[in-house]
Amino acid sequence: MSILSWALPAALAMLALAMVLTLVRLLRGPAAQDRVLALDCMYLNGMLLMLVLGMQFASAHYFEAALLVALFGFVGSTAMAKFLLRGEVIE
Amino acid sequence: MSTADLPLWAEVAVAALALLGAGIALVGSLGLLRLPTYFERVHAPAIIATLGLWCIMHASIVYFSVLGRSLALHPLLIALFIAITVPVTNIFLMRAALFRARRAGQSVPPNLSHKAAPEAENS
Repeated sequence: MSILSWALPAALAMLALAMVLTLVRLLRGPAAQDRVLALDCMYLNGMLLMLVLGMQFASAHYFEAALLVALFGFVGSTAMAKFLLRGEVIE
Repeated sequence: MSTADLPLWAEVAVAALALLGAGIALVGSLGLLRLPTYFERVHAPAIIATLGLWCIMHASIVYFSVLGRSLALHPLLIALFIAITVPVTNIFLMRAALFRARRAGQSVPPNLSHKAAPEAENS
């Protein structure tokens, strides 16, 4: 009881700090592919945050949210990468 | 209801795995922020998708298995899904970045997938 009550909030804080670092790269990235890569990494960090939140509140409902975040991250990143690959072929 | 009652070994295992996974996520994000060029930066999130995700997934499996007193393997589904989808996304992103770098005239390796024109190979 005493270990998890500080270890899981510490893990949540580290994941939130990781998301902030990714957000800095997302806002500052010099090219478009840097921003897409940072958004993909941010989806991964958010999914890990959802898994740790599910352990923090002892609820299995966060698992489905994490699965949805992973799914939308894959679809969004792949669509944006294909746009980067194809949007300049037309140009 | 912060956390439920777990035995001590399960608490130590879950805490160690969750902290290790979160620390690896922090290291990967710091690498994404600090590395100088795009082709070095694209390697940094791979450690989040492999080692960090698998650490937190094992923490979740141990936590829910001990909590529910039965084997809970549903976090393995996320890890398998990520293991399938992250290489696809990364290959698309790297191909897009190589295409844009070739278009911008930077010194990247030439295209090997189909026959390039002879004057385009020394660019």
